[in-house]
Amino acid sequence: MSTHRRIDVSARGPVTVVQIVDKKILDESAIQEMGSEILGLIEQDGRRSLALDFSHVEYLSSAALGKLITLDRKMKGHQGRLSLCSIRPEILEVFKITKLNKVFDIRKDVAEAVAALDA
Amino acid sequence: MGTKTNGWHKELHLPSERGASRHIMEELLDQLATHGWPQSDVFAIHLAAEEAITNAIVHGNKLDESKTVHVVCRVSSQMVRIEVADQGPGFDPKSIPDCTLEERLDVPNGRGVMLMRSFMTRLEYNTTGNRVLMEKQRDPAADAAAE
Repeated sequence: MSTHRRIDVSARGPVTVVQIVDKKILDESAIQEMGSEILGLIEQDGRRSLALDFSHVEYLSSAALGKLITLDRKMKGHQGRLSLCSIRPEILEVFKITKLNKVFDIRKDVAEAVAALDA
Repeated sequence: MGTKTNGWHKELHLPSERGASRHIMEELLDQLATHGWPQSDVFAIHLAAEEAITNAIVHGNKLDESKTVHVVCRVSSQMVRIEVADQGPGFDPKSIPDCTLEERLDVPNGRGVMLMRSFMTRLEYNTTGNRVLMEKQRDPAADAAAE
C-alpha cells in the first residue's frame, strides 16, 4: 500500500475516488507530486475509473490545469475514464473560459461522478 | 504602506525562484479582504497575479538567480493595479496560440496569459514584452451577487 501526501484514495465499488488534499494547487513541486501520485494509481495500481474530488480545492493555477490534461490523456491512453467533481464555481469558471469543460468529464459531486463512471 | 482610506501600496523585488511570490500573495489577499473585495474578484486577482509572477520568474528570468522580478501592487476599495516586470528578453503576447481552438484544447500549457486577460479589466504588456500591467475595477454586479 503506497502512502499519499497530496491525495486521499477510497473505493466506491469499481470506482476509485481521489480527493485532492491541498486547498491550493499552485506550487510546482506540489503539482508534480500530486500528478505522480495519481499517475501511480493509473499505471502501477491499474485503476481505470477515477473520480477526482475537488471539494477541498479553493484555487488552482494554469500549471495545475496542464497536469490534469496530462493525466486525462494518460487515462484515455489506458482506455480508462477520469471524472472531475465538486468543483467550486470560481474554478469551474476557469474550465469554462479555457473551454476545458469540453475536454474533461465534469460532474456536480462525488455521487454523480461515481454513478457516471459505474454506468 | 497606506491605510484603508488611501489604499495600500507595495513595491518589491522577488528572487527568481519558485515559490518566491508566497509572502506578497498572502499580503495581497489580506489587503483585498481588508478593502472588502468580493470572493469572486479575490479569486480572479489571485489567479492573475500568481500567473504573472510565475511567468516572470520561470519564462522571463528563466529561474536565473542573478535576476529579480519587480512587483508593484496597489489596492483600494475600487481598483487593483499590479505591475510585474522581469529582466528577460521579453516576448510577443500575440504569438501565444489560442488555447481554446479545438486542436489545442489538450495541449497542457499556454493558458496563463489568457486567464489573466479574462479575469482582469485591463492587461497590457510593454513593447519589449517583459513588463505586464494589470488592473481590476470593482464590479458592482459581483458585489450584488455576493450579498
